[in-house]
Amino acid sequence: MSRNVPRTDVVMRALACLGVAALLTACGPEAPKVTGAPPDMRRLTDEQYRNSIADVFGASIKIGGKLDPLIRTGGLIALGARSAPITPSGLEMIDQLGRSIAGQVVDAAHRDILVGCGPADSKTFDDACATQFFARTGRMLYRRPLSDTELKARVSAARAATENLGDFYAGLSASLSGMLVSPNFLFVIDSTEPDPANAGALRLDAFAKASRLSFFLWDTTPDDELLAAAEAGALNKSDGLKKQIDRMLSSARLDGGVRGFFADALALDKFDTLEKDSVIYPAFNLSVSEDAREQTLRTISDVLVARGEDYRNLFTTRHTYMSAALARIYRVHVPKTGQWVSYEYPADDPRVGIQSQISFTALHSHPGRSSPTIRGKAVRELLLCQKIPDPPADVDFTKFNDPNSPMKTARDRLSAHTEQPACAGCHKLTDPLGLGMEKFDGAGQLRIVEQDVPIDPTGDLDGKKFTDTAGLGKELHDNAAAAACVVNQLYAYGIGRVPSKPEQPMIAYLQERFAADGYKYTALLKNIVQSDAFFAVSPRTPTTASAQREMTP
Amino acid sequence: MSLLIKRQIARRSILRGMLGGGALTVALPLFDCFLDDHGEALASGAPIPVRFGTWYWGMGHTPGYAVKERTSVGPVEFLEECKPLNAHRDYINYFGGFNTPLDGRSNYPHESGWIGSRSGAVPSRSGEIPAPTFDLLIADAVGGGTRFRNIDLTSMGNPRETYTARNTFSRAAAETSPVAFYARMFGPEFADPNKGDFKPDPRVMVRKSVLSGIQDESQQLIKSLGAVDQQRLDEYFTSIRQLEGQLALQLEKPPANDACRVPPAPPENAVERQAFAVEIDTVMATHKILTDILVMAVACNQTRVFNMVYNDNFSRVRRKGETYTHHVLTHEEQADPKLGYQPTAFWFNCKSMEACATFLESFKNVREGAGTLLDNMLMFANSETSFARIHSVDNIPVMTFGKAGGRIKTGLHVVGNGDPVTRVGFTCMRVMGMPIESWGVNSLRTTKPISEILV
Repeated sequence: MSRNVPRTDVVMRALACLGVAALLTACGPEAPKVTGAPPDMRRLTDEQYRNSIADVFGASIKIGGKLDPLIRTGGLIALGARSAPITPSGLEMIDQLGRSIAGQVVDAAHRDILVGCGPADSKTFDDACATQFFARTGRMLYRRPLSDTELKARVSAARAATENLGDFYAGLSASLSGMLVSPNFLFVIDSTEPDPANAGALRLDAFAKASRLSFFLWDTTPDDELLAAAEAGALNKSDGLKKQIDRMLSSARLDGGVRGFFADALALDKFDTLEKDSVIYPAFNLSVSEDAREQTLRTISDVLVARGEDYRNLFTTRHTYMSAALARIYRVHVPKTGQWVSYEYPADDPRVGIQSQISFTALHSHPGRSSPTIRGKAVRELLLCQKIPDPPADVDFTKFNDPNSPMKTARDRLSAHTEQPACAGCHKLTDPLGLGMEKFDGAGQLRIVEQDVPIDPTGDLDGKKFTDTAGLGKELHDNAAAAACVVNQLYAYGIGRVPSKPEQPMIAYLQERFAADGYKYTALLKNIVQSDAFFAVSPRTPTTASAQREMTP
Repeated sequence: MSLLIKRQIARRSILRGMLGGGALTVALPLFDCFLDDHGEALASGAPIPVRFGTWYWGMGHTPGYAVKERTSVGPVEFLEECKPLNAHRDYINYFGGFNTPLDGRSNYPHESGWIGSRSGAVPSRSGEIPAPTFDLLIADAVGGGTRFRNIDLTSMGNPRETYTARNTFSRAAAETSPVAFYARMFGPEFADPNKGDFKPDPRVMVRKSVLSGIQDESQQLIKSLGAVDQQRLDEYFTSIRQLEGQLALQLEKPPANDACRVPPAPPENAVERQAFAVEIDTVMATHKILTDILVMAVACNQTRVFNMVYNDNFSRVRRKGETYTHHVLTHEEQADPKLGYQPTAFWFNCKSMEACATFLESFKNVREGAGTLLDNMLMFANSETSFARIHSVDNIPVMTFGKAGGRIKTGLHVVGNGDPVTRVGFTCMRVMGMPIESWGVNSLRTTKPISEILV
């Protein structure tokens, strides 16, 4: 994966385009041609499942469980969706969720709105109402209109269930629960059709395009207008597509898409199993854990969408949001209103950027202590897309914990790594970054000493020295790898797979555009979805399908 | 590698007709081809089946302090670290000196060992599971006729910490919550075999019918997919069929079963355990509660195959108020010069064996036929390393628990002399009645069961 674009090129292109932001597409070379990969299918992530249910049936429908976790692949959970099966126990949970959701949809509190019709006597079956219900709901769940056969099958199942259970709504619920375990709902399927512009080639059909756009930009199912555009053929025309893209980028749902991507790219799923010692860190509880995740996502959404700032400002921003639970860890005053409040760190506060937030410092620490190595590794891998090799199998670590050692601080202890050649190579990449965050303990709380020795938070990033976390943020802001990383990850997230080698020119092109656009995240989104590469599919051959699926978890 | 046919006996067409025809029960054939011919019988007259399970613990043993070394097969003698196992020695076999040859591949710390011993192949990259773990092959063979073909449990609070998989991506999430596990086993869908008021629930019949319809509707998808996705869809259909099978069992009265006693529900606050479930006391308590539900799930014929994880392969277990986890201690703790080992890491290893003894005790406490549930179990227990400090994958400790309905000898310490560790898994599959002639790939391939333990 290409990580760096020469900074001079980036600057030159940015200068060339300066002042003509509205006409940026006219700047620079055209996007490289991309052949894409064979069509495939991706299981809904847990978040996409929840968002879809909320969008189709409303936020009042409770979802009391989780889908099987996906295997992180190529740095992203979303890419694991491409290889995820539905296991027997996973299906059991999906079935349980589906029955619960279907039951709520038709219960007395929801049926008037979500069903909207019904027989005078609920013991009898209302064919017209069932047909209307499944046509409307099925279109939203399957992300395309149901075929006549599918619609008849749903109505028929509801009729049979009504007869056996003696209740129309129980019948509707039973048939609806079937739709919620259907692969047509659980998998986002790349349906294709012959490309009229290229004889012998394929293209995604309009409904597959709608799904790809919607799950990328909104992390949820297409809305009615997008499906209507697909039905009308508008997504196969450049102006129709552009209109929908512009609408989606200006929609409030974009926030869901931003959250979906960054929760994945920053590995915030680790909060699900994060553990902190309650004796060592009594202030750290489940509320802190939940709010820390939310704080970072709110910060990102604010910087990138609400304020439309430079992506790199995520590493230097002093603005964030605070809850009462977090205030205990950050040791700041927040009114106990139960609401989130906007918060600005003072100019002399060492907390600068998302890398200083609990979601980074506590998430990448041990349960009872900090870890410069784990934090440094997280900076390299999550923020710079630079893979750190696993440690060798036969290292003797005992010298790092010698009780007779005079070493008091993590900096002292880690210095021992430099004496071991097998360790030094990787620790030189990680530790100087993590040591810059040592003023935050394993729970993310500010501290100034470790075992009564003042903490030295200096470090360096690829030879650029800094004196504290704020300095680290400044170096991340200025490091070309950070901007390149988000482009790489976002592109992979959008197409749902690890990009192939022939796609590297496309990624390099997007990196250039990102710089030229002032590192505006929404501009990057737009460049990706407006590119031919985003929708490109290649014909399936006997070997490509399996070869393409060979990915490193 | 030999794979058995995994399709369940189809009942779909029969059950689909039930809605129209009004038949309320369908006799399901007992999957009894693997039952012990000379075994005992359940109250219903059916022979007692042999069930299979695995038990996992992380960080192996402290070399020299777990079991007395032997040069040839003989009675197993547990040392200080495994002292709690002495109470169950007659039900245990210990396998020492079996190796995990890597065939030039890297030793991925805390991964290669368990993957090799359970799947018969070592990974070529971190995270890869190159072949199905053998518990699933056994589940495919003997897991039919029960509500759950197999059950996965972990005491660690993370559903991903389980050591069973079809492949890298096909890993079921393990149960972590005792409350949720109890509800799944003994909730409203459980039919008590010893109650006489069984009535099939029409809602179950409807669910069964709906699932059949969805499966039919989804068949058309296959044509539009590539080969890899076709396999995934096929796995989906397998899952659907298993769920249909579960529902089919709920429509018939289960045979009377003297060993089955519905256990008490775990306390509601057990739900909270899963959030921070790595402090040693919590892990051990969770392990005990899950085990007590599990043994009755097995005795009540809810499943015949399970996987239980005590602690994970990167053992995150630690003592409250201490900064170092069990795993970190194995690498960073100083060895006590007088004792000759790392004392705190050793303490954690002792706790693992204490949990193991408790686990066995729970099976022994269930009366079944003229003996106990443990008499009718075959369990495979292993860790990922023999010496965690250096991640050694040779001489990985492996044990079997239970007498497999009298099919194996027990109380033995078998010496492997460097043979592949897969011989133990291969033997388990043979004992469970699987007609396989070999298992494993490259240097892990074996055709030799461990005859020393076979009756």
